[in-house]
Amino acid sequence: MTLTLVNVAVARGGVPVLGGVAFTLRAGEAMILRGPNGAGKTTLLRTIAGLQLPLSGTIDGAADRIAYGGHADGLKGMLSVAENLSFWARVYGHSDIEPALATYALGPLRSRLAGTLSAGQKRRAGLARLMVTGRPIWILDEPTVSLDSHAVALFADAVRAHLGMGGMALMATHIDLGIDAHLCDICGWAAAPQELLGASDEAFL
Amino acid sequence: MIALLIRDLRLAMRAGGGFGLGLAFFLIITVLVPFSVGPQSSLLSTIAPGIMWMGALLACLLSLDRLLALDFEDGTLDVLATAPLPLEAALAIKGLAHWITTGLPLVVAAPFLAVLLNMPPQGFVWLVVSLALGTPALSMIGTFGAALTVGIKRGGLLLSLLVLPLYVPTLIFGAEAARRGAAGMAVETPLLLLAGISLACVALLPFAAAAALRMTLR
Repeated sequence: MTLTLVNVAVARGGVPVLGGVAFTLRAGEAMILRGPNGAGKTTLLRTIAGLQLPLSGTIDGAADRIAYGGHADGLKGMLSVAENLSFWARVYGHSDIEPALATYALGPLRSRLAGTLSAGQKRRAGLARLMVTGRPIWILDEPTVSLDSHAVALFADAVRAHLGMGGMALMATHIDLGIDAHLCDICGWAAAPQELLGASDEAFL
Repeated sequence: MIALLIRDLRLAMRAGGGFGLGLAFFLIITVLVPFSVGPQSSLLSTIAPGIMWMGALLACLLSLDRLLALDFEDGTLDVLATAPLPLEAALAIKGLAHWITTGLPLVVAAPFLAVLLNMPPQGFVWLVVSLALGTPALSMIGTFGAALTVGIKRGGLLLSLLVLPLYVPTLIFGAEAARRGAAGMAVETPLLLLAGISLACVALLPFAAAAALRMTLR
């Protein structure tokens, strides 16, 4: 079980940002993407998650195996934490949310409306959503935003447990999680400026 | 799919969900029309089917901009697009949830409100039947419009401009069926055409809406 990218090029708003991206991620491995703001971390993650098409290249092993955690948490403010998680679990064909609640210490918050949580608590609930999907590949975009150091430790433990069970994780983050992961600076893949000519806005294709 | 339907209905029931908003709007329209037209009961009973249909259409429109916009803002649509549930099915379910929270209450309330417009009682049953057949098309066309405009800030007005022209066939045959029913004429032809429009919308528009939404999410 691997996730393989071969010569992938991605664009944002019609402008190529990365080209020639190639790597292989095996079961139990994690990769952390580094790069300055605007380097294309989010675009690459969204492309791998299947939310947009690559300009060129192939992505193998991603279909129906991705759990995507973006900047937004996908929680409804008028539903309780448990209702939110149960909903996502059922969408992915599961029902057990207790391990996820326990991992992120959400037990005391389970019947609170998600709209009344603090930003960090909301983030924890959003990360717990990845666990209830049962998907092997976690794709995380800045997962530790607004988390305190204790919650970051909880998150690192969750990722380690996930990798231990043969899962994979691909994340864009700037803090050191203490996870044994491949570090990958995406600047090496920055698209050359002349490739602008070949760009088109994929929305009109 | 059931999970998504239950979640949408639950959200609609909770505070701020907008359940009953369309119904209240419908009620206000039907109450205001007699005031604006004046106390001429014969005129009112003539225009009643058309007014009822116009009210139902505007009430449906009222809650459309929330249909996908809220899910877009909180990232739910991104996750739904990567979930095992096909986006087409998810949008069909969202359209169904919109119909249950908006269209169905209108269908049930229509005969009571038709009394306010002095509609002939023989037309009540056809008004209900025409609304029951036509409102699913309104919800589904609205879902398509919402998918087209979801990424746009203040897309609500654009949504109305896009969706209202698409409502024309439904409005023509729906209002015609209700009018013929009230006048005691045969209603089969407009009802069959209305049912045809609804079935086509339910069958085809989830695919169009999903295609539009995928483009927006890119």
